[in-house]
Amino acid sequence: MEILFFMIPMGIVLVGLAVWAFFWAVGNGQFDDLDSPAYQILLDDDQPAKPTPPERPES
Amino acid sequence: MSEQPVCFHCGDPIPPGERRSVVIDGASKPVCCAGCEAVALLISGAGLENFYRYRTGPSARPEDPQDGPDEWDAFDRPKLQQNFVRDVGEGRHEAALLIENLSCAACSWLIEHSLRRLPGVSEVQVNPASGRALVRFAPEQVTVSTLMRTLARLGYRPHPVGAGEAQSAAQRERRLALKRLVVAGFGMMQVMMFAVGLYFGAFTGIDAVYLELLRWVSWAVATPVLFYSAAPFFKGALRDLQAKRVGMDVPVSLGMIIAYSASVWQTLSHGHEVYFDSVTMFVFFLLLGRYVEMAARHKAAAATDVLTSLIPATARRVVDGVEERVAVEELELGDVVAVRPGETVPADGRIVWGQSRLDESMLTGESLPQPRGMGETVVAGSLNIANPIQLRVEQTGQNTVLSTIGRLLDRAQSERPAVARVADWIAGRFVVGVLLIAAAVAAYWLPRNPELALLTTVAVLVVSCPCALGLATPVALVAATGRLTREGLLTARGDALETLAKVTHVVFDKTGTLTEGRIAVDEVRPLADLDGDACMALAAALERHSEHPIAKAFADVAVTETADEVSVIAGAGLEGRVAGRRLRVGSPEFVAALSGATAPAIADDGGSWIALGDEQRPLALLRLADRLRPETKSVLDELRALGLHLEIASGDSHEAVAAIARRLGIRRFGARLTPADKLTRIRELQAAGAVVLMVGDGINDAPVLGGANVSAAMGSGTALAQTSASMVLLGESLAPLAEGIRTARKTTRIIRENIGWALSYNAVTIPLAAAGLLTPWMAAIGMSLSSLLVVLNARRLSRRRRQEICPPTTIEARMGEAT
Repeated sequence: MEILFFMIPMGIVLVGLAVWAFFWAVGNGQFDDLDSPAYQILLDDDQPAKPTPPERPES
Repeated sequence: MSEQPVCFHCGDPIPPGERRSVVIDGASKPVCCAGCEAVALLISGAGLENFYRYRTGPSARPEDPQDGPDEWDAFDRPKLQQNFVRDVGEGRHEAALLIENLSCAACSWLIEHSLRRLPGVSEVQVNPASGRALVRFAPEQVTVSTLMRTLARLGYRPHPVGAGEAQSAAQRERRLALKRLVVAGFGMMQVMMFAVGLYFGAFTGIDAVYLELLRWVSWAVATPVLFYSAAPFFKGALRDLQAKRVGMDVPVSLGMIIAYSASVWQTLSHGHEVYFDSVTMFVFFLLLGRYVEMAARHKAAAATDVLTSLIPATARRVVDGVEERVAVEELELGDVVAVRPGETVPADGRIVWGQSRLDESMLTGESLPQPRGMGETVVAGSLNIANPIQLRVEQTGQNTVLSTIGRLLDRAQSERPAVARVADWIAGRFVVGVLLIAAAVAAYWLPRNPELALLTTVAVLVVSCPCALGLATPVALVAATGRLTREGLLTARGDALETLAKVTHVVFDKTGTLTEGRIAVDEVRPLADLDGDACMALAAALERHSEHPIAKAFADVAVTETADEVSVIAGAGLEGRVAGRRLRVGSPEFVAALSGATAPAIADDGGSWIALGDEQRPLALLRLADRLRPETKSVLDELRALGLHLEIASGDSHEAVAAIARRLGIRRFGARLTPADKLTRIRELQAAGAVVLMVGDGINDAPVLGGANVSAAMGSGTALAQTSASMVLLGESLAPLAEGIRTARKTTRIIRENIGWALSYNAVTIPLAAAGLLTPWMAAIGMSLSSLLVVLNARRLSRRRRQEICPPTTIEARMGEAT
């Protein structure tokens, strides 16, 4: 059971790392917008603009 | 609902006879107007059809594209740019913009892509949550006005925002709260894990050395939770103490500090029990409740730079007969400013040239544009509709009527009647009570059995750890607000739900709340053989030639024929030739005069009637009115069934208000009320013991919304109204109101049940603990069970009745459509 003296502090260090990573992510703005990134993956950039501009309607 | 086709782009109904369409992804889609058609073509032409696949709602109807110089040109002036454009080095500038109608991820994608296509634009960052965009560009390749014009043509009107505000106060607050919450969450999980070891050890026996280890690490983890995460509670408590009042923060902080210090003492003195797990859990759940409350508040206040959106950024100053664009801040008293039709008045002033009609509905609630002539005053924020005018500036900035209303609002909010929050009140008193009991227990045991004294005192404190009490309100509120947001009612203030449950009177604004807030043809009464639609088409053909506000009512009507030889007879109507037929539209007398008939009789019911006629006879009577929202009547019936008293308080004319009140069966109404009058009326009701819910949308409603016990602003209303209201009705509907009141009542009931349960649990366990009969594991199980029960009870709130569930538009469904 002596291993606990090593495991528990290690666990706390890992949690500390996780908190640090989370703080970095928050400071980096990764939690500011939780809605649009989900869609970003679906919106491809691979459709080129069509060569001819569309006819503008009379307005 | 009727099966009227809706515009593919903006979602508005397509006017009968409109035959425009666009081809998107190989299929023809109907659109409602030239503007939408242009934008849809622009989007598909640029290869950006993806926008339509992934947007979550209809888009904003774009402005009519116009050529030549426009308002955006002024933004190329360095003086105007100094506020929102900054030099970021390497020959690049960065503009910070607040964007209207930015509602979903697809919108931000569309904006990013259409701006990136402009030469010289290097980076675009759009945040739909805050409605802000940052654009980096090379100033020698592209101008700021081009960027802004591009956005406006897509239907997203940009406003400049100070570069410093790009990271708003709200964002900083949210980030900090999130960090605190996560530290508390991680800490809670860790300490709980150690606590399991300790509880288990209490059953089966544990070596002293491991017991010490687990206690010391629990202490280490609980410390940052207490001093970092719980800091806001301590600050709040200090503030309360300095102000000599006892809020919720004082007992909560006291409880946390005592439980923590007792645990530290026990750890150091090798005592019987530590309570770090209770402390961390308490902090986490309290923070969770506050975080959810804050997130809802931010969402409601998002994208509100109130003044920038109402007062334009630029004005046309007239110097020696020449107009020049200047920033509104540059205007001084005595300057002469030109305001063209369709522009917003930049400052309070007096007309020195011209006459026009001004839409002041945002400020006064008046649904019809008001005529204003030479020498009359106009107020900043109102919209010029008919003719160009020039005015001499009399008040600017802070002194305008608009700013005055803002100040009235501040005062009303600070005077908002304080509603005792049942749960907080009980929890606060409870904690104080527990402390007194603990002190009494200590005083009792100390002379008799000093060893047992500390143990029992701490046992009392922990067994009564207000976990269930602390959870009772937040979990119920979280469940209820979540559910109401899905229904379309956003709660922006924490106390809104509790107050909503007690509401006795509902006061409605009229224009834009009960009604749609724009003039439309309400009713067509054919007088001859021609049917209603044909008459509408003829009238619309004539009205296309008019700048008069009435013509706006016909803007949605498709025109099949064109009118020529149109002449405008001021104060009477229009005359012209359509398909070889001589027609008049306008006042009934004027129309009847063309055929020599007597004017058709009209019922006096608050609407304004105009007529259409040819040389033989009058053809039809058309009623112009601000239409009631389709759901208004049924919602009011539901509210009445809930036992509420209904009232209308409007700034509109007596006849118009009376007519609406009669149609809705509302007996009490006030017309021609100023914002101050409305506030007085609310105060009267409150003085008589009523709890008032105010529903409104305009700037003029803002002080009243702030002063009522609880208030709801229309989602389509002005930003100022929304920030002052405690709730926002998302979408264009009153429908969630009744559901909101029902849910609020249910929430209060569930909170009471939870508190009742927590109190009775404590009534049993505290005496046991005081007598020294309670072992740690009993206390732990009891505490968990009581918390669990409270959470499960609150879960009942988020359950919906089956028939209310409507299929959500999932990504899968959209994908299916797209392929």
